[in-house]
Amino acid sequence: MKMKNTQSFFNRFKKCALINALFLAICTIAVLSCGDEDQVVTTLDELVWFDEFNITGAPNSDRWSFEIGTGVDGWGNNELQYYTDSSTNIEVRRVSEDDGQLIMTARKEVYEGSGYTSARIITKQKFEQQYGRFEARMRLPYGKGMWPAFWMLGADIDVNEWPGAGEIDIMEYRGQEPTIVHGSVHGPGYSGGEAITKSYQLTNDRFDTGFHVFGIEWGPEYINYYVDDVLYNQITPADVTGEWVFDKPFFLLINLAVGGSFVGSPNAETVFPQSMLIDYVRVYK
Amino acid sequence: MTTMRNKKYKNIIVVLIVGVIATIISSCERTASDEALPATYSTTAEIFTDNFVGLGTDFYFPYLGAKPDVFSVDTDEAYDSEASIRIDVPNANDPTGNFAGAIFRIDGSGRNLTGFDALTFWAKASQAVTVNEFGFGQDFNGDALRVVLPLVDLTTQWRKYTIPIPDPSLLVVERGMFQFAAGGIGVPGEEVGYTFWVDELKFEKLGTIAQSRPAIFSGEDRVEETFLNASFNAANITQTFNLASGINQTVIPSPFYFNFISSDPAIASVNELGEVSILGVGTAKVTAQIAGVQAKGSLTVNVMGEFDAADAPPEREAGDVISVFSNAYTNVSNLNFAIFNDANLQVEVIDFGGNQVVEYNNLSFVGLGWDGTVDVSAMTHLHLDVQVSASTSPFLNVELIDFGPDNADNGAGVVGDDTAGGASTAGSQLEVGSWVGIDIPINSFTQATGGGGSGSPNLNNVARIIFVSNGSSVIIDNIYFYKQ
Repeated sequence: MKMKNTQSFFNRFKKCALINALFLAICTIAVLSCGDEDQVVTTLDELVWFDEFNITGAPNSDRWSFEIGTGVDGWGNNELQYYTDSSTNIEVRRVSEDDGQLIMTARKEVYEGSGYTSARIITKQKFEQQYGRFEARMRLPYGKGMWPAFWMLGADIDVNEWPGAGEIDIMEYRGQEPTIVHGSVHGPGYSGGEAITKSYQLTNDRFDTGFHVFGIEWGPEYINYYVDDVLYNQITPADVTGEWVFDKPFFLLINLAVGGSFVGSPNAETVFPQSMLIDYVRVYK
Repeated sequence: MTTMRNKKYKNIIVVLIVGVIATIISSCERTASDEALPATYSTTAEIFTDNFVGLGTDFYFPYLGAKPDVFSVDTDEAYDSEASIRIDVPNANDPTGNFAGAIFRIDGSGRNLTGFDALTFWAKASQAVTVNEFGFGQDFNGDALRVVLPLVDLTTQWRKYTIPIPDPSLLVVERGMFQFAAGGIGVPGEEVGYTFWVDELKFEKLGTIAQSRPAIFSGEDRVEETFLNASFNAANITQTFNLASGINQTVIPSPFYFNFISSDPAIASVNELGEVSILGVGTAKVTAQIAGVQAKGSLTVNVMGEFDAADAPPEREAGDVISVFSNAYTNVSNLNFAIFNDANLQVEVIDFGGNQVVEYNNLSFVGLGWDGTVDVSAMTHLHLDVQVSASTSPFLNVELIDFGPDNADNGAGVVGDDTAGGASTAGSQLEVGSWVGIDIPINSFTQATGGGGSGSPNLNNVARIIFVSNGSSVIIDNIYFYKQ
């Protein structure tokens, strides 16, 4: 029931965009009625948690915690960077009078035995939620070895070791493939290289030249993945090759990794520093 | 969420209302006459699909010296169509031309390419080869907006190639649709020809040509101590884009794509070709942009004043002098100021009102070479004029390499019948900011050389002069052998 509603939301959104392109003036009226309709039928439109990144400086500590260092084996992925809380790696900056962005920057610099620095923030124990619509508007970096991600982990991960706790990757991207993003789930029996993944490729556009919205709509027994107004994948218990572990609270993570098993190391052509821009993170229920 | 939406739509309505008002206002104004409207040019994308598209009849113009009849339309080979462009690269010994190269220029008015961001085509070759260059924008009428993709690897399979447009907004009316240049494969002078095919040749709006990274001066920030009336060129200009494939594609654009800027045009003026003229004393920095993107690399000039030329060499009988580099005498052919050198060397030939000098910055070693060899056995001295421009304790050693009776370079170091020897010049002789004339007796090149020569070389087939220093910067002029 909820699933149907969710999909029809996308269908209408797309239609509107099309009409918009064809008959701008007429569509203005049409869009208005579209918006009203959405309000009636869409169930995941109540904003419950957000960060618009409008206050300059470090990210709001009521919402986010830093993860510092290299974790175990480069956060389990042989990543090459050292995560810091330095303003040279992570900072909210004003971009206009009433809008700011979170800027995560990967730098090529030797620090604490690593060859690169970058940043990673999480909402663990600050915001955790079961089901809902989770989205972020981001502009991604580019170049071999850049690995940004907007993702979630099961909130019970301290007592339920990964992959048992579950992982929902709302967006992953390889800097050497600037037109492609990936949405995945990891769980017991389907983790790492065996994760359930689908990729989405932009036509005549790329992810490092402008902002795009990456999101999921997550409910009992489904996770829908979308980029902008395009729903590109739905994962259900029938798709996973193990236990479905997505009926419990998860927390959010955003990070910009350098190197690691998913992307390979940067090469001589990779331009540093590289920044990822995050305009907002919004969560609805 | 609902509130936010409504806000957005209100904005759209405001924009529309403003638009309507603007239309009403503008309709009250006088309209432009027909003559004032810009001419519209074809925006056709395709150059060749199954055949040539809109190029007219007389569109194929080979380069000077190229074999003229290398081009045909091949109906047996094609990518996703009925025909392709076929280029038969000639053998080096082909009497009608030893390479393939031509432009395809519209026989008629040019196209408006401002809506595209790349020239693309599919290509393959009869064997794996590297084609010297593909490009567009060459019209044999100034070539103002020429773009070259150098050293393109073709395979025996059809592959797609992308040549990004450095700044499409400039291509308002362009006749040069495509160009290529390719020599054969193998030992220089004995290259063997091959065939390559090009298909689906067209301009495209890919939307994925991104991360513009223009560069001048090889992306280096160059600093030059120089003098009034000197001139420089914005050398090694490139434009790099990241493609959808993740590949960084570097093209060589015409300087016209760049907007060159001098921090002080009264000291260093720069024109649209990137030619820098030194006009005043002081410091100025030359930078450049493409479509608002700052190019990596710059030239900073510290202009010290008038340049005093070295004393003009005396007039000599033709048989009494063998000149390598002097405006006073007839020189060897095709002098190369750095036929080999250490990696940090910067070489600049500077023209002061018709008299050229060569400046070596960060000089550790450099070899000068030219066509053929010279017999200096009848000469008594090697002369050069040297001015140290920067060094605390300069020294300059000079070495000669003789290629021996076979007249051939027998490889790195001194091997075969090659011989070499060096001579020191007294460091105390050299002076910062002043010319010093150095005359080295021809029989005093007795020292062992850095390249393995044991000293006292033969003098009948001299092919190289080598300067060795300690990272000093020197200006050199009037390099010649003479008989006293």
